[in-house]
Amino acid sequence: MITPDDPSRQPDTARRGHPSAPRQSPFHPATPASYGLLAQFDSAADTLRAAAMVRDAGYRHWDVHTPFPVRGMDAAMGLAPSRVGWWAAAGGALGFALGMWMVWWMNAHDYPIVVGGKPLFSPIPALPVAFELSILLAALGALGGMLWLNRMPRLHHPLFNSDRFKLATHDGFFLVIETADPAFAGDAARQLLRRAGSRHIEEVTD
Amino acid sequence: MADAFVDVFGGVAPAPAPPELEREPAASRGRSLGWVSDRIAGLVEGGTPRWWWWAFVPALGVTAAGGGLAVYLMSTGVGVWGVMVPVAWAWDITNFVFWIGIGHAGTLISAILFLLRQEWRTPIHRVAEAMTLFAVICAAVFPLIHMGRLWLAWWLLPLPNANGIWPQFQSPLMWDVFAVSTYFVVSLLFWYVGLIPDLATLRDRAATRGRRILYGLGALGWTGSARHWRHYAATYLLLAGLSTPLVLSVHSVVSFDFAVSQVPGWHTTLFPPYFVAGAVFSGLGMVLTLVIPLRAVCGLEEVVGVGHIERMCKLTLAACLMVAYAQGAELCAAWYGGSEYDLYAFKNRAFGPYAWAYWTMVGCALVAPQLFWFKRVRTRMAAVFMVSILINVGMWLERFVIIVTPLHRDYLPANWAYFQPTWVDVGQAVGACGLFLTLFLLFLRFLPMIAIAEIKALTPHARPSPMNPAHGGQP
Repeated sequence: MITPDDPSRQPDTARRGHPSAPRQSPFHPATPASYGLLAQFDSAADTLRAAAMVRDAGYRHWDVHTPFPVRGMDAAMGLAPSRVGWWAAAGGALGFALGMWMVWWMNAHDYPIVVGGKPLFSPIPALPVAFELSILLAALGALGGMLWLNRMPRLHHPLFNSDRFKLATHDGFFLVIETADPAFAGDAARQLLRRAGSRHIEEVTD
Repeated sequence: MADAFVDVFGGVAPAPAPPELEREPAASRGRSLGWVSDRIAGLVEGGTPRWWWWAFVPALGVTAAGGGLAVYLMSTGVGVWGVMVPVAWAWDITNFVFWIGIGHAGTLISAILFLLRQEWRTPIHRVAEAMTLFAVICAAVFPLIHMGRLWLAWWLLPLPNANGIWPQFQSPLMWDVFAVSTYFVVSLLFWYVGLIPDLATLRDRAATRGRRILYGLGALGWTGSARHWRHYAATYLLLAGLSTPLVLSVHSVVSFDFAVSQVPGWHTTLFPPYFVAGAVFSGLGMVLTLVIPLRAVCGLEEVVGVGHIERMCKLTLAACLMVAYAQGAELCAAWYGGSEYDLYAFKNRAFGPYAWAYWTMVGCALVAPQLFWFKRVRTRMAAVFMVSILINVGMWLERFVIIVTPLHRDYLPANWAYFQPTWVDVGQAVGACGLFLTLFLLFLRFLPMIAIAEIKALTPHARPSPMNPAHGGQP
């Protein structure tokens, strides 16, 4: 079994034939483009401080990768609260309206049948169906919202080219500043990361 | 503390490593973060243990036999069961209510205890959620084969058909279709969202290309990004918040199948909360039945401690007392209500031909769990396991008593009858247990049975905030 921190692993041989290895095509140059700088930190506390420093240095295209959600990271990165809740609310409202409409349309409009002398449509027996559909569509809305906002699913990410990055789901703490960032200038990002306390900085290619 | 606050949030961090980094990275019970993933993912990555095969092969055999009986039922007719008029609902619907109830404890542990910030739920919630899913699958089998003509099951769905008619939504049975299918889908989503980071862990540890591709597809390209965790945490919280009213509604709707009818002994407003309490109680019993052997067989005593089991026992006891209260209230309502048919239904329940089932239920489901008042019992795994088995038996009998005793003697004495199960009834009940066990064993073999990322998030390491005493602040 190969574990991510197995010292016997050779990064280059391990990457050969990797499904996420960059494909050669006329549209991709043979020399891989730089994606960004990957800095590893020793602990969540250290990453949190580094994130605050990178935030204050004015970077915009950067991210932190940790094996678990770190409390306080949103504030340290200057992130706004998630808007997934609106997706769930929209799904819930749609589900409720759909449920009520469906019961009315099917039992009172399209094929009305009087059962037990009861009204063709009453909101009360329609309520369980409308309630269940609002829960169902709210849950699907929350999931769909998360996938859309996170741009998931995706089959490949440039960071998967780094073998060390496999530790991001194990016990590694990483901060990435992308080359695409307008403030990314030469050595300044690397120096900032070093000053933030990173013990390992590497360039990741796409 | 103020300085630490400025350091983190004001961005004027000092260059040297802060003092807490001098410590060994602390994780649960003094283990490192890596140990958590090694231990839990290792259960999925290592060779198949011998006990797994010894459990899986018989379970698969029983499932196949149950499937064969379903074919026999559908090719011959529902008369191969013991059901007749007036007892047209018997073991089949008993099994349905029993299994759907089992699922409710899983949602209680995964969603309600999450909203209540009960962190002790973390090591057991994945198992409990899997239990929910598989229990709902087992439950769904019974109403379907009970129809006798499975190929017409799609008439339950609001789909256009050649007759041009639609389902009648004034029937609680239609509410049930929507409640149970929504419950299954939302439970599946909740379980899957929880699995995404752990599937990424398995992807990044994968030793073979096949595993990397399969787990990688499941992980949806998860990178542990803080920007993703933000939406992820919001989604998880929302799904927990949505599951909570959902789980209360599902067994309420199941109880409407009975309460909306006019059968004495069924027609009572107490049924929805009574059924929900009973569902949670029987489900907690099933969680104990599953978790106790699991932690011993997989060597997970360090992650699922005696303390976790003890809290489960206390929760089970609380649910037991709620069920006992509901049963007492039901008797009181029958006595006080003044309807002689209702009163007779309860007299018949306790002293009629099914008295054996009633008093066995009282002993197993209401009396035996009282042992959980004693710490000596709660901390002895063998004793807890025995009581949990009794709870399962007792709560199955409770549903049998609720469903069959009002039916077998209702308004007209000329229609009275005594239901007896046939071998097909028994075989199908056992077959459902086999199906449940088969699915559960497959889950144990291929997916992490404990939420790896969530366990890590509980370590002091995950809360490097000035509010955390481990980092020099005040709690």
